[in-house]
Amino acid sequence: MEKYMFIFLGGDPSHLSPEAQQAHMGKWFAWVEKLRNEKRYVAGEALMPGGKTVKGTKKTVTDGPFAESKEVVGGFFVIEAKGIDEAVQMAKECPDYELGGVVEVREVMKFDNM
Amino acid sequence: MLEQQVNQLVDHLFRHEAGKMAAVLTRLLGFQSLEIAEDIVQDTLLKAMTTWKYKGIPDNPSAWLHTVAKRKAIDAIRKHRLHEQHHAEIGYALKSEWTLSPTVSSFFRENEIEDSQLRMIFACCHPSIPYESQIALTLKTLCGLSVLEIANSFLTNEDTIVKRLYRAREKIREQKISLEAPVPTAMPGRMDAVLDTLYLLFNEGYNSSHPDVLIRHELCVEAMRLCHLLVQNSITSVPKARALLALMCFQASREDARLAEDGSIILLQDQDRTKWNTALIEKGKLYLEQSAEEDVFTEYHIEAAIAGCHAAANTFEDTSWSSIVELYTMLLDMKPGPIVEMNRAIALGRHDTAAAGLDALERINGLEKNHLYHAAKGDFYLSLNEKQNAHQCYQLATEFTTSKTERELLNQKMKRCKN
Repeated sequence: MEKYMFIFLGGDPSHLSPEAQQAHMGKWFAWVEKLRNEKRYVAGEALMPGGKTVKGTKKTVTDGPFAESKEVVGGFFVIEAKGIDEAVQMAKECPDYELGGVVEVREVMKFDNM
Repeated sequence: MLEQQVNQLVDHLFRHEAGKMAAVLTRLLGFQSLEIAEDIVQDTLLKAMTTWKYKGIPDNPSAWLHTVAKRKAIDAIRKHRLHEQHHAEIGYALKSEWTLSPTVSSFFRENEIEDSQLRMIFACCHPSIPYESQIALTLKTLCGLSVLEIANSFLTNEDTIVKRLYRAREKIREQKISLEAPVPTAMPGRMDAVLDTLYLLFNEGYNSSHPDVLIRHELCVEAMRLCHLLVQNSITSVPKARALLALMCFQASREDARLAEDGSIILLQDQDRTKWNTALIEKGKLYLEQSAEEDVFTEYHIEAAIAGCHAAANTFEDTSWSSIVELYTMLLDMKPGPIVEMNRAIALGRHDTAAAGLDALERINGLEKNHLYHAAKGDFYLSLNEKQNAHQCYQLATEFTTSKTERELLNQKMKRCKN
């Protein structure tokens, strides 16, 4: 098993009614539950919007990133899969696509092999 | 097991919490700041969504939501200096940093939430707001429905609902409507307006011919929930409110029996009475009894009693038509009108003879364009075996109904006239 990170971008639910929001969340819970039951889920965190950016040799601090909402990283999961193909299959079950969400699937680098 | 975990959140939790928080926040921030309150509700739910998706549902989801809403409310009060426009009761408590946070917290206690919801019902159903706007505002703020969901349930478009909500907000500003506690002295007039709105809301759900059964069902459930809130509170639990809740319980008890699988309407006489919800019938009986505890008698009492007569009959033939005729006669005294006359005539026809019913129907003026009127005449003609006349009446009825399922029902009846 290799570790993969799912990075969730966009998927703005703010136009949904409370009832639809709850329904959408239900789908998300079902997906996470499935990953847990299959012992694939390792960790996950949600990220607050906004924050600060430090840049350049002068270490300039600015507010943000204030990306377009469809590019904002909302959170990430670390999961286990047999390979990139399986990881992609798992990522396809994320319910955020109907809200314009994007999932980046990245393999976590292993250093003990180097 | 999996399903249990998936459905961890109580049904409609978000929607109901949206309604509760909107009421509390509006009471805190002032009715004039309704939009700020709605924004806070929206932000709170979004925060819950983004957090819970990754971290799972907290042990007490409602408390979690309330904590976030409280923090946002405190920020809003500071930012917009909302205490300045507030009435003397809590304005000073919101002004001082010492008392701001505990005051906001105290508004989120269980009994205060209910109190805020009650105040909100009275404010939304303020007599100076037009009826349609009252209903739209109630559904939006107290029931947590979106503009699109309200538009769908009234078979209209979002623009219409947006306009209705705008008119409501305009009135709130013009009339400086606030979220006052319902006081017993000002009750009768205000209470009537509230109950009328809930009655309309329920009927919209119960009688409208919307293809989406679920949405109609929700309107009935919401009207009952709000009416129940009134009945639970000592000040607002007036006999008329209990009678209305009894009426809603009796009507709702037949819900499962009155729609066929294809969505068509099953008439009272053809319903499978074993499908009636006995728990709701018992509740209806209880509220009807409790509605008689004071010397008050209203049209809701009579309508509930009529619905109760139907609920008490094991078969259509067992229905106590004599009581129903009597009740409609009383209702006619209180609330004269051709619709009540028509219902009385139909009951009379069942109690007495079809000819008597037909005769009574013929004497009614003002229902020439009402499909139910023509359908009722058709029914009596059919039982008198005057098939040609019956067919004519059904034909007229089809011209005036807007409902597809009703038209299908009438077409079936017309076929029976041909045999």
